[in-house]
Order: sequence, then C-alpha cells, then structure tokens
Amino acid sequence: MGSRRIVPFAFVLPVLLIGGATVVAQGPSFGIGRTPSPEEIKALDISIGPTGEELPPGKGTAKEGAQLYRTKGCAACHGAEGIGGAAPNLKSKDPKNPDLWARGRILPLRAPFATTVWDYINRGMPLNREGTLTADEVYSLTAFLLFINGVIPEDQALDQQSLPKVKMPIGDNYASLPDWKPRTKRLQGYPY
Amino acid sequence: MGSKPLNRRALLKSGAAFAGGLTLGAAAPALGGQQSAPQTPDHHAPPSWPMIKGDKDMIAYGDRSKYVTSVRIAHPVGGRPSPDQFGLTFHIATPLQDSVGVITPSSLHYVATTRGAFMPDIDPKAHRLMIHGLVDRPLTFTMEDLKRLPSVTRLHFIECAGNRSSRAAKNVQQTHGMVSCAEWTGVLLSTLLKECGVKGSAKWFVAEGAEEVKGASSMPIAKAMDDCILAYGMNGEAVRPQNGFPLRLMVPGFEGIFHTKYIRRIKIVDRYYMNYNDFGHLDQEAKIAALEYQIGPKSVITFPSGEQRLPGKGFYEISGLAWSGGGAIKLVEVSTDGGKKWNKAEFKGTPQRMAFTRFGYQWNWDGSETEILSRCTDELGQVQPTRAQIAKYWNKPYDQTFTVPGLDNSAQPWHIASDGSVTNGFA
Repeated sequence: MGSRRIVPFAFVLPVLLIGGATVVAQGPSFGIGRTPSPEEIKALDISIGPTGEELPPGKGTAKEGAQLYRTKGCAACHGAEGIGGAAPNLKSKDPKNPDLWARGRILPLRAPFATTVWDYINRGMPLNREGTLTADEVYSLTAFLLFINGVIPEDQALDQQSLPKVKMPIGDNYASLPDWKPRTKRLQGYPY
Repeated sequence: MGSKPLNRRALLKSGAAFAGGLTLGAAAPALGGQQSAPQTPDHHAPPSWPMIKGDKDMIAYGDRSKYVTSVRIAHPVGGRPSPDQFGLTFHIATPLQDSVGVITPSSLHYVATTRGAFMPDIDPKAHRLMIHGLVDRPLTFTMEDLKRLPSVTRLHFIECAGNRSSRAAKNVQQTHGMVSCAEWTGVLLSTLLKECGVKGSAKWFVAEGAEEVKGASSMPIAKAMDDCILAYGMNGEAVRPQNGFPLRLMVPGFEGIFHTKYIRRIKIVDRYYMNYNDFGHLDQEAKIAALEYQIGPKSVITFPSGEQRLPGKGFYEISGLAWSGGGAIKLVEVSTDGGKKWNKAEFKGTPQRMAFTRFGYQWNWDGSETEILSRCTDELGQVQPTRAQIAKYWNKPYDQTFTVPGLDNSAQPWHIASDGSVTNGFA
C-alpha cells in the first residue's frame, strides 16, 4: 500500500493536456489501487502480441528445439514426431492438402503469427512445469515446431527481431472477428 | 458424552412411550397429541421421521436433504474422462432436469476448463488484479481494494460453446447441461477502466487468469465499457474455486471461455492479440466466426424432458429455461404437436438481460404420442430456430449429417410416447 496514488491536480493536468489521446479524460475518482512499477508490469506482462514488441532477448534454432522437445518431455504428450500423443497434434496428419484449413487445427501451422506459438509455449508449457522454460528454450522450441511444419528452414535462428517477421502459411486467409457493438444482433441478416 | 443426562434425542428414540409429552419442536413425533408411528395409517398425524442430528458442520454450513440426490456429471464433450488420472476436471454438466427457478446453485454450476487446467488454490490476500497497457494510469488492485469500490449484483448465465445437443444424448443434462445461471456480484470493469483512463487507441483488451496455463482471451473494448463485471460474489457468497475464486471476469452473453477465471491481469491493446484461445476462435467464414461469439437466443424444456416419464394423461405444467446473449427474453413459445402450433408460454418472474428466464405452459396431455419443444425471441428480435430452419438458411440438406454452424441454439424436441416415456427427439 506504500505507493498508493495521490489523486490530485498535478496528476490530472497532464492528462488534460494530452487530452486528444484519452477516451475518458477524467482524473481518478476513487483513489483506490496502487500504481505498479514499470519493472513489475514487465515481469507480469507475458502477452506477446503480433508485433512481438513484448518479446524478451534470446535466440534459438530448430536443432536445439528438437533436443529440448525430447528432454523437456514434450514428446511424451505430443508424440515423438508431434503427432498421435494425448495432447493436441503439433504437426498435420495431412500436410500436403492444398487447403490449409483442411490440414487441421495445428497451432504452429494455422496460427496467423509465430508470436502466438511463442506465447503459448512460454505461458502454458510444459505440463506441470509451466513458466519454467528460458527465453532461449522457447525460441528454440518455436523454431522446431515451425520447422517440422515446413514454415521455416532448419537452420533459421529465431530471436526478438526475426520471430514476428516469420510469414505463416495462412497469411490473412481467415475471417476476422465481428466488430461487436452492444445491443446488436450477433450476425446482421441472420434471423436466429 | 457418557455422563450426559437423558437428552431430547434419546427421548425421541424412545418414541411412543413419550407420545404426547413432547412439545419442543417440529421433529417431535406427536404434534397432534395422538399416538403416531410411520406404520399407522392415520391421516391426522404426521409420520415419525428420524431426526436429522444437529452438529457443528450442520450449524456452520447446511446440507440438502439426503432424498435430494441431483448431481453434476462429466459431460461427454470431447470424450475426455473427467476427472482424469491426474485429478484434472474438464467439462462438468449441471442437472437442468432437476432445476427450479432461474438460479443454478453454486455447487451445481457447470464447469469447463480449456486444457483440463488445475484448479488453483488461491489465497485471496495474495491475489492481485493488474490493469495496464494503453491506459494513462496502470493500476494494481487487491481483493480488499475491489470490495471498497461501487458494486453491482446481476443475474447472468454462462454457456460453453460446446453446449450442443446430439443424437446420443439421453437427457437435458447431456443435451444442454453446459449452461448455468447465477447471481454475480462485483465491480464493473468500466469502473476500473475509468480509474485507469483508457487511451483513444485502445480497441481490445486481453484478460488473463492465474491458473497454470494463464488462459488469455482478446475481447472488444466496447464490451469492457458496456457490462463486464469483475465478480467476487456468486449466489450470496464468494465465487467457488471451480468458478474462479477469488475473482472472475463476467462477459455477459459471450461464449463461456471469455469469462476468465482467477483473473489476474487485464491488458488494454490496440489489436486482436491472437492468444492461444483467440487462435481457437479463428474461422474461414466471417459469418460463422460471428456466430461463435455472442450467444444466440436459446431455450429448452426441462420438464418433461429426456428419461422422465409422465405417469398418465392429464394436467402438466411444462417448464423450461430461456436465455440469450442478445439481452432479455421477450417471448417464449411452446409447441405440443411437434412444431405445428406454437403457444405463448408464461414467464415466471421478470426476464433480465443475459440471464435465465423460467417459463411455464399449462398442458393437458391426452395420452397420445407427440413431440414437445420450445422456442424463444429476445429483445433484439432474434428468434430461436429449429435445426431444419438453420439448414435452410445455409442451403444445406437437413439430415443426420447436418451440423449447426457456430454455437448451436436450435430448439430441442422431446418425444413423448403413449406410455408417457420421454426421449430425445433427435435420437
């Protein structure tokens, strides 16, 4: 509670000055809550968006990833080759199908951005030891999964700069979600 | 204990000898002052039921009657066993066939997890909610902080995207059990966002849970400012761990997965963030993507429903539930002749937005074979369809291979045989 915010004038003023950038150009009204430090935010912010701006430093290749895939236990649930385990497949059973959508819901193949693969390995893997992988290990595993799906060559190293630039095969061949508005039918023209 | 004097329990046990002499309470066997015993067919005297013994636990937190045995079941969605060998639970369906009114008791509320996630055992004193990203003032709230802020209490349903009837389903718990409705109490997300000051470039927000997979979803900022609730209360007490203790996000009317449990962080962003859950929402067709977001108008008859049996012809009040992600229910109609004629049903209580509405329809069954079903209309004018109508809309033949695109809000037919047995009309 030490850094509880101070409500006042000095704080509100700059908000008004850059008012064009704010939707709600009003000062805080309850004075409840604590301002987290930039370091605190950075430590908790594991959301890696499509631009990759939140990615940490580090790098890795598919070769390193292949080894980690075995030693970190990935193969036990996802299958030695990324197919046929108890957990979701990481490689298509029908990789030659010209319709990418028919190849299955494979994260490192159908995701529109490689950042989604990195983000999910980092936040949710491996089972029971989530959050224990180093940044290098996550880059390596991401490279391995993209390699076995034919997205990148085996020797391509992924890092902060190159990962967001990976061209995923789906491109923009997917429907964006609706521009939702309150009190609106879920689909215009659909009676149901 | 041994030296206790003769107590009331012992007196009750000794039964008939004291008949007429006890005046203490409702459980006494002889309120009428007459000799009474269960085997005595005397209409003036209640039977002498055994006593439910009071103990510390009963005083602290009450139990239901042992004669009420309605329970949740592992839902057949995806065919994963629940609990599995690690004790993980996946999809648990609520017993709608036994429900009354519109509130699902917390202990019977449906449960779903995306990856069979662990249920985290969170100490609320250590739990924090951080809001950051495209805001003027990032803020971190303790549970104590949140409870100081202005609160709202609202009825809202939550429904899983996989709540879909099938030919194999036998009863309404299996066809529709992945939906529940509770009274939720908490702080509007808009209240917190006004404290933080949302920047004009904000378009989406990402909500993230504290469970081990840190499940995260992108949602429109317009929804955040409209009616999302950070809920700490459920049906008059704290949210249960299976439902997100100590804090969960309510996204009224949206598909269940968005109602982020154990919520610990909200990031305000300028684009769809393509989290793992978001990737799961992608579709080839914009129309189908739209139908997998906000829940459509939906209703189902819970009595009489699959595996129940009508004892004979005569009067029955048909009872059921209606709900819609589009707002309040405006109209429910019931057909007792397989959908040829539709009759207006009666509302039990006032319909509320994105909440269950209980309906009833008074019916005299003539004892002949028939099919009953319900349909509803919401405040936006969206009408619950039959599967045949949906097939027609998509220009697809309506046969056994037809699958409803998007979330399935089709009407559920229940077949009633002349012997009164009720079965799934899709079977």
